[in-house]
Amino acid sequence: MSFKKLFGKKVEVVNVGLDSFRDDLEKQGEKVINVEWTPPANIDKNVLQILQENKAIIEAANEKALEIILNGKPYLVGLDIARNVIPGMSENLLLHSGPPITWDRVSGPMKGAMIGAIIYEGKAKNFDEAEKLAASGEFQFSPCHEHETVGPMAGVVSASMPVFVLKNEEYGNYAYCTLNEGLGKVLRYGAYDTETIERLKWMEKELYPTLKKAVDFIGKIDLKNIIAQALHMGDEVHNRNRAGTSLFYRAIAPAIVQTCDKQDVVAKVLNFINGNDHFFLNLSMPVGKVTLDAARNIKNSSIVVAMTRNGTDFGLQLAGTKDSWFVGAALVPDALYFPGFTKEDANPDIGDSSITETVGLGGFAIAASPAIVQFVGGTANDAVNYTLAMYEIAFGENNMYQIPYLNFRGTPTGIDVTKVVEKGLTPFIDTGVAHKDPGIGQVGAGVLSAPMDPFIKAATGLAEQFGK
Amino acid sequence: MIKSIVKKGEYFDSVSLMIVGKDITLMDNVIDATVVMATQENKSILKTAGLYLDEFEKYDDTDLLIVIKSDFEDKFEEIFENVNNLLIEIRNKKDDQGSFTPKSLEGAIKIQPDSNLALISIAGRFAGDEAMKALKKGLNVMLFSDNVSLETEIELKQYALANDLLMMGPDCGTAIINGVPLAFSNAVNRGDIGIIAASGTGLQEVSSIISEEGFGISQAIGTGGRDIKEAVGGLMFISSLEALKDDDETKVIVLVSKPPHPTVLNKINAKLNEISKPVVSIFLGADADMVEESGAIAAKTLEEAALLACAISDNLDTSKVAEFLEERRLSYGAIAEKEVKKISSGRKYIRGLFSGGTLCDEAQIILKKDINNIFSNRSGDEKFALADSWTSKEHTLVDLGEDEFTVGRLHPMMDFDLRNKRIIQEAKDKETAIILFDLVLGYGAHADPINEILPIIKEAQEIASNISFICSVTGTEQDPQNRSKIIKVLEENGVIVMPSNAAAAEIVNLITKEIK
Repeated sequence: MSFKKLFGKKVEVVNVGLDSFRDDLEKQGEKVINVEWTPPANIDKNVLQILQENKAIIEAANEKALEIILNGKPYLVGLDIARNVIPGMSENLLLHSGPPITWDRVSGPMKGAMIGAIIYEGKAKNFDEAEKLAASGEFQFSPCHEHETVGPMAGVVSASMPVFVLKNEEYGNYAYCTLNEGLGKVLRYGAYDTETIERLKWMEKELYPTLKKAVDFIGKIDLKNIIAQALHMGDEVHNRNRAGTSLFYRAIAPAIVQTCDKQDVVAKVLNFINGNDHFFLNLSMPVGKVTLDAARNIKNSSIVVAMTRNGTDFGLQLAGTKDSWFVGAALVPDALYFPGFTKEDANPDIGDSSITETVGLGGFAIAASPAIVQFVGGTANDAVNYTLAMYEIAFGENNMYQIPYLNFRGTPTGIDVTKVVEKGLTPFIDTGVAHKDPGIGQVGAGVLSAPMDPFIKAATGLAEQFGK
Repeated sequence: MIKSIVKKGEYFDSVSLMIVGKDITLMDNVIDATVVMATQENKSILKTAGLYLDEFEKYDDTDLLIVIKSDFEDKFEEIFENVNNLLIEIRNKKDDQGSFTPKSLEGAIKIQPDSNLALISIAGRFAGDEAMKALKKGLNVMLFSDNVSLETEIELKQYALANDLLMMGPDCGTAIINGVPLAFSNAVNRGDIGIIAASGTGLQEVSSIISEEGFGISQAIGTGGRDIKEAVGGLMFISSLEALKDDDETKVIVLVSKPPHPTVLNKINAKLNEISKPVVSIFLGADADMVEESGAIAAKTLEEAALLACAISDNLDTSKVAEFLEERRLSYGAIAEKEVKKISSGRKYIRGLFSGGTLCDEAQIILKKDINNIFSNRSGDEKFALADSWTSKEHTLVDLGEDEFTVGRLHPMMDFDLRNKRIIQEAKDKETAIILFDLVLGYGAHADPINEILPIIKEAQEIASNISFICSVTGTEQDPQNRSKIIKVLEENGVIVMPSNAAAAEIVNLITKEIK
């Protein structure tokens, strides 16, 4: 025994615990770094031990999953009507965001959106009729995620709705997402009034065919490339999509002009895209979906392939646990509220949009987006620190999505559920906030840390597979 | 009435919460208050403190409980708001570094890749896992936390030794590695004296005296108190001996601990036989001949061990050390006589109030040479165990750093409140003749001990002008508090400050003999 790794070397300390010990060492000019330690998740010790014992196997599986995620080539290849393309779509099926849910448990905004969709489909004339129908069992409900689809907020998709069609050209799989309606009273926030339904109808009758022709004319649009550029332009493509929308507009506008012969429609469509900073969100989300779906069913992988909320529950799926959902209660975000609203009005977290965080964007890339730092405490430094913290629970770093401020370091990518539970640190999510009652719409925007419970369940689920 | 608010998932470390808790109890209209994480331990503390509410049942380790007792129903809202502000303040203070603070050991090592030592002081039930993580990352560990199981300690130490890593602790408060004082340690000279200690304050006393004598420390390794028990078998103590044997910078080795278990002592002796370097040992409370056969030079006090090491370092005759100490002891007669005159009749008992456990032990051992009945919360003899540590009985020496005093509060080296109250309590006792206390300086300890203790000494002197205050100051000139400055102020205020803990006990012996 000689302790050669220590004696005679410059002491460099990692301090885990009392801050004063760090302060004392700093005063003496010694090298010391503090850990902002938090207790690990409240999880069965055996689970941690099993995961620890199988670390090498899990990491090998994760390498494979990460490679697939990084190699993904998401393209916009067309538009279509949901019933034509979404697997399993039918006239009486409503897709929704988050993990599975039954009608009796749906939150206000989800309820509003489902009622709106039933009215939009012409199955009911008003709220009461639609509510009766929804409760009667005539409609089935199913998570978007189980149909190669994602939807923001309530995420409700019905058979007649137009959708973007994305293809992962590397692995051949597809993903679908509706078109973004804009802000204010919109279906995804639970609005179902005439204005909302009429807008949806217009989107189906004018926006959809116009965009479809334009995309067909172009052939395909490289969305990974657009997102990579958008990150350099101040987006994190979840709460801020201004750059992404602008880049998409540049890509699509000439084709619209060339393929649409009605000048008033061209003007209306271009103005609609131009007037909605979140138009690109409904493309950044399916990019996450089509990229992550390719990494499903990789045995023993602890990487999260879906992380989503339905306004009541928060659910997870792992690459290594097939189709199992791991579910806990959804939390209410810390938010900046629109005038006249408070946290009292807010619905618990809702939407598939956390697919962006799952693929290394959104809250994970917030250091790229100084324009929205008021959501995270006010300073650009806060935003940077949030992204840096996410590297602690990510299995890898992105090859395309980069943070300029961090010397173009790749964004933290591939949430590793074992790291989440060991470090007691959950993913950080940007989000919009819906009113808890149906029909009112968005009341704010903000951030939240995901609840720990689903991650504990997911880690346990993965560990149980090793037991067998 | 008692009211509470709960913050789910908001973690604060216990020290931050103690600071907040202390501030709350000072607020207007607050009778009692506490802010704790909802762990099982804390919940049972709340029960005993009468601050428990049934609803706390459903909360656990990661939830924060804020409990306030007040007679003013309409004030609660204001009080809770103030508490909230305190918490925000303390959170911001943590964050104001500006730069990113990693959330895990793994994250820290990524940022500081040449890290080679983890200093761990989180709650005991998590500390073992964290220490193992550090070892597996190739870091040496100083584990300050206590309440780590014996099995975990053995597992950690075996893993460390298999990988040539130093694993200090659990419950290791003091170490000086490559000249860097860690946790509760003093700023000492560097030199050729290596120390291995299973006692934190023992190590502080020995290393400080060596440094004050103008000599220096090569390495001072803390092993944690349990290392020399049979179960751990001296794993780290013996490995450290081997390391210092081979360390070119170490000329003489000092061993500091309570008497090791006989099986461990055998192993130590066997290892000592392989070492040609001179070794001085102070096994407090052991028979003098216990170690002699191995060739180590046995000291009777921490101070003697330090002086012996200095003499060897200086190539001087070690027999002169005992002579010097005896001569010095005899010279204390005059001071003792003066103090005896000051103490009024009827006052006859010693009240020793210690912040250092080993210093309390050493004082007891010395006093027992002449006094039989000394009660203590650290007595090896059940007959003299204090029935109630909060109340003295006849001659009493208490270690205020024992668990019974530190649950829910900081160690007395950092927080003087408890000992200050005890000083006043003893001053009011008509039988108290001598108040003996230690002051431990250095990193980790209170930055301004004079400001804490001097007003209390003055208050006590006003209550009873006929008590003798005897003290020793463990620390160095280079310590942030500056030893000589502290001594000067104490002396100016009528406190007899002795050069060492042992010397303080010696003079108490002399005084006590005379007042009998």
